[in-house]
Amino acid sequence: MIRPKLEFLSPETVRRAIDEAYELLWDPGVRVHYDEALRLLGDAGATVDMSSRVARIPRSLAEKAVETAPSSFYLYNLDGEPVVHYGGDDVHFDPGSAAIEIADYEARQSRVPVTADCEDFVRVAEMLPQIDALATSIVCGDVPQSMADWYRLYLLLLYGRKPIVTGTFAIETFAIMHELLVTVAGSAEALAEKPRAVFDVCPSPPLLWSDITCANLIDCARTGVPAELVSMPLMGATGPATVIGSAVQHAAECLSGITIHQLAKPGSPIVWGGSPASFDMRTGTTPMGAMATMMLDCTYTQIGKAIKPGGLPTHAYLGMSDTKIVDAQTGLESAAGAILGALAGVNMMSGPGMMDFESCFSLEKLVIDAEIVGMAKRLVAGVDDSEEPLALHVMREVGHAGNFLKSKHTRRSFRKEDYIPSEVIDRDFRQTWFDKGALDINARAHRKVRELIAAYEPPPLAAEVVRELVAIATRHAQAVGLDRLPARTIER
Amino acid sequence: MTEELFKRMAQSVIDGEAEEAAALARQALELGVDPLEAINKGFTAGMDVVGELYSCGEYFLPDLILGGEAMKAALAVLEPALKASGQAREVLGRVVLGTVKGDIHEIGKSLVGSMLSANGFEVYDLGIDVAAETFVAQAQERKADIVALSALLTTTMLYQRDVIEHLAEAGLRDRVKVMVGGSPVTQAWADQIGADGFAEDAAGAVAVAKRLMGR
Ligand code: B12
Repeated sequence: MIRPKLEFLSPETVRRAIDEAYELLWDPGVRVHYDEALRLLGDAGATVDMSSRVARIPRSLAEKAVETAPSSFYLYNLDGEPVVHYGGDDVHFDPGSAAIEIADYEARQSRVPVTADCEDFVRVAEMLPQIDALATSIVCGDVPQSMADWYRLYLLLLYGRKPIVTGTFAIETFAIMHELLVTVAGSAEALAEKPRAVFDVCPSPPLLWSDITCANLIDCARTGVPAELVSMPLMGATGPATVIGSAVQHAAECLSGITIHQLAKPGSPIVWGGSPASFDMRTGTTPMGAMATMMLDCTYTQIGKAIKPGGLPTHAYLGMSDTKIVDAQTGLESAAGAILGALAGVNMMSGPGMMDFESCFSLEKLVIDAEIVGMAKRLVAGVDDSEEPLALHVMREVGHAGNFLKSKHTRRSFRKEDYIPSEVIDRDFRQTWFDKGALDINARAHRKVRELIAAYEPPPLAAEVVRELVAIATRHAQAVGLDRLPARTIER
Repeated sequence: MTEELFKRMAQSVIDGEAEEAAALARQALELGVDPLEAINKGFTAGMDVVGELYSCGEYFLPDLILGGEAMKAALAVLEPALKASGQAREVLGRVVLGTVKGDIHEIGKSLVGSMLSANGFEVYDLGIDVAAETFVAQAQERKADIVALSALLTTTMLYQRDVIEHLAEAGLRDRVKVMVGGSPVTQAWADQIGADGFAEDAAGAVAVAKRLMGR
């Protein structure tokens, strides 16, 4: 059976791109605004200029780091099961990250989300089987913003079972987020052994490591919590205007990140990921739904898989749209991204639910995207040709009578031969559709959101773990002036 | 002959050719052309065309930015001569611009800066992760008319308020207008923190800045 696969580059071009990326690490080098990272690099043989904070990294040093970085790892759910495999051509999806706003279906506009929105988000994301991991997608506006990053993770840990894609907004909050994760895992060792979460870490294009992202990177390495590089050249704005040019920049940024990370602790898991975008030269926006954005994602994925034998785990922001409401453009952009990324074998795609240039989250879109994900996963499962003979037996059995519905072969095969969508996808007869209220996809998705929220039940979590999580959150909230955490609507 | 020169100046901006623009500016000085005339009838005329072409969808951001760069290159040559002759080019206002503390998002802020300078403002770009104290000190030193604050994170937009408070403490608030922007920033937020203006993109930023200067 062939796994359908999309590759844009010839092996020769991949090699040239990798060569140029290594060359960039030496000339012009990378800017590193974090002394500890500069020290690590300098001690290991990079040429470091402390005044300009530029590190020139020799190829041999970066190659050694790539060698020690693992080709694959798992993320575990609350029950300790390895449910997400970062490696090979396996594909998974998580909701996009860190929305500034939430699309409020009833109010028909977007607004700043609050705790209750984040709770609804967890309910829906937990209930959708197509979505493999949770993400800290909702930034709550009802808490002081200095605690907004870890507070999202706190809510996800209280209510979720799935693994989590997350990230910090600051240096200091990593420790709090780690503390929360450790509380659920039992110990720091248990967490490193079976990581529940991966942390997004974003280099600044071009070729810059800010103190925040550098500190996060080193913290991840030392604690053994997987790091996910989110390199994002914007074509023609903070990176070359060409797909291949920005892919080279992406590779150089990832290689420098892997070098710092592996110097901090060799063997720690790290992902070749990103969120690059085309740049809309009319409006100055960063369209996640542009074809070149998706092509760049697939291109750097191919490079990441070729960077060493066995490749590195990969990630991309795909399955997103730039619309402000859920409409036909939303579907076209999200589907194109998810399908292309699946064909490229991106291990983790962050995007379902996200729109408006990563600014806005929609639960309705998440539910629709889950259908897209279902289709994309079906697509890459390929055409099963394992039956022998392929068709002779069933064609002869049914014969000219022609009713395959009666055949056992049909009953045995149909469930896995196509992805069976939920009622979010309209396949009704015309009159039935009218009789059901003539609902468009947005309305059907909203109904599904309400159903999932009602059907959700929190996974079992030991009472003392809940108490401990609440205590930690309360303590850190009080430290930033919030006496009581916002009321929760889910019983724990 | 000077008419011909003015045309070529305008064209250099329309083509976004900075070296050509600087060369033409030097040529003008050698020929004894009035630097203010060179700016107004030559280069600014070109910038106007660039603006029109952008508005009607024929030009895109790189055309606009490169046009602005050509303009800047010409001004760098002409401005010393202008000063020496005791003249000054018309500046719509002086803007101190930066991304607030804790925030390293740069492009949006820079785009706002380019658009403002292309439209006749004098812009002092302080970069990213800029402390409130620095904004205040620079506003004072540069005799700023406008302080423009960019923030892309819900966590850092709070520092926009911080800067406004610092400006007030330094006794600058009635002399300096404040405008704010960045993806989480809204008009409601601007109102809440007492900013004088908000815009959601660079073109809007120019319009707001002009309004704040009473244009
Ligand atoms: C590119 C990008 C980055 C790049 C920036 C590179 C660079 N050199 O600038 C890098 C990789 C560094 C980055 C880092 C991070 N980012 Co970021 N980033 C973005 C992204 C995708 C695009 C921003 C951009 O450049 N847009 C293009 C420009 C042209 O548009 P613009 O910035 O909006 O500017 C326009 C207007 O806003 C306005 N404007 C801007 N400033 C001003 C000022 C004034 C006075 C006026 C009038 C107007 C105005 O005019 C501009 C031009 O038209 C946004 C997504 C988004 N929707 O904004 C996320 C986004 C802002 N980032 C986000 C996050 C979370 C981060 C990180 C914390 C991630 C991490 N864990 O490491 C770090 C932040 C580190 C820090 N402390 O700053 C979140 C914010 C979430 C939140 N709730 O606050 C966003 C929304 C993405 C997301 N959903 O996850 N990021």
